[in-house]
Amino acid sequence: MAADCRPGPVAVLGAGVMGTAIATTVLGSGLPVVLLDVGQAELDRAERTIETQLRHARMMDALPSGRTPGRLVTTTSLSALAGARAVVEAVVEHQATKVGVLVDAAGVIDADTPLISNTSGIPIDALADSLPRPQQLIGTHFMNPAYLIDLVEVIRGPRTDEATVTAVTELLAALNRRAVVVRDSPGFVTSRLLHPMLNDAARLVDEDVATAQDVDRLMVGCLGHRTGPLRTADLIGLDNLVDSLAALYERTGEQRYRPCEQLLAKVRDGDLGRKSGRGFHDYRETLS
Amino acid sequence: MTTHQGPGTDSAIEETLKSYLVDRLKTEVTFDQDLFESGLVSSMFAMELVVHLEKTFEVSIVGNDLRLANFRSIRSMAALVRGLRDGDGRG
Ligand SMILES: NC(=O)c1ccc[n+]([C@@H]2O[C@H](COP(=O)([O-])OP(=O)(O)OC[C@H]3O[C@@H](n4cnc5c(N)ncnc54)[C@H](O)[C@@H]3O)[C@@H](O)[C@H]2O)c1
Repeated sequence: MAADCRPGPVAVLGAGVMGTAIATTVLGSGLPVVLLDVGQAELDRAERTIETQLRHARMMDALPSGRTPGRLVTTTSLSALAGARAVVEAVVEHQATKVGVLVDAAGVIDADTPLISNTSGIPIDALADSLPRPQQLIGTHFMNPAYLIDLVEVIRGPRTDEATVTAVTELLAALNRRAVVVRDSPGFVTSRLLHPMLNDAARLVDEDVATAQDVDRLMVGCLGHRTGPLRTADLIGLDNLVDSLAALYERTGEQRYRPCEQLLAKVRDGDLGRKSGRGFHDYRETLS
Repeated sequence: MTTHQGPGTDSAIEETLKSYLVDRLKTEVTFDQDLFESGLVSSMFAMELVVHLEKTFEVSIVGNDLRLANFRSIRSMAALVRGLRDGDGRG
């Protein structure tokens, strides 16, 4: 059955930076969402953030016209996933945590419901290993802010079946999203290219070659980047950037993925970027 | 830079916005400068501007007012705030 013909909500697992932005995207397209996290505090904050993001999306003309926003339900209970038309996993970038959540979700949803991971770079096939039906799993790498960016990197694992690809393509179409499908590999295309660059940008600041402001100014003014690498790192969340780099380093052994000291120090100090109010830049009035 | 002030319009709102922007963007801005075109304001910062305006001037920006065009320059933001404060039936 086609995903967008299912009556149920889209379930989003993890109400962090990406979970909320993906929920906003789905709600703004008129579909209902069940948003799950481990803590009520995260869910309360996500509800406020989603409200602001829906306004933001509307302001940027990023919502399909003529659709009433879908209904949002937040929950800490897995049983609320029953009947979902699709599940999008967006919990922290740790393989064991992701596998745990995906296995739990697979136990609650139908056999033909697509199970989608929004991992930044953990191979889909590695996540599929412990699943009862590995063919059900696929990767969609939504970019941040997901509610403003309409292109999605889709990762088809070696065991992902055709029905899952079709269901996800239809879901993305219902969200007004375009997809580029790539083969499974650590970091896929976008993280493999972007993350080492962000790591290097942090190193430049650490080595006093330039300030964060100037690194970004050069990349924007000379090379046409939209916001510069360090503002991008701040938007991603430096904790997630470190985790994503570590996951790639662990799988490839390549030094360029090894999270640099500057990034590790910021995470230790709680300077996580936009989400904590400060990273390489200062954000006093953020989206939450 | 043009500073045409119509009769009876004081530019206190403009000045407040300007000092906020200069502080945040770490660069000089003029009242009429197109903040998006000059690449100074990203789509993320645009939403921060909305939140900042609402907090600072105790207005709520909804419906039709929530348009990028209203946040293009200090002048257009100030006009929006004035309109909302005067309750001229926007929205
Ligand atoms: N931040 C980005 O820009 C970005 C972009 C693309 C992909 N991703 C990927 O998306 C995923 C989420 O990243 P994020 O930046 O939103 O992280 P985040 O740290 O902002 O949020 C993660 C959320 O997951 C929740 N969580 C942790 N364990 C859980 C569990 N067992 N069950 C339910 N919820 C749980 C946490 O409470 C938190 O709210 C990661 O895999 C990340 O690599 C992130």
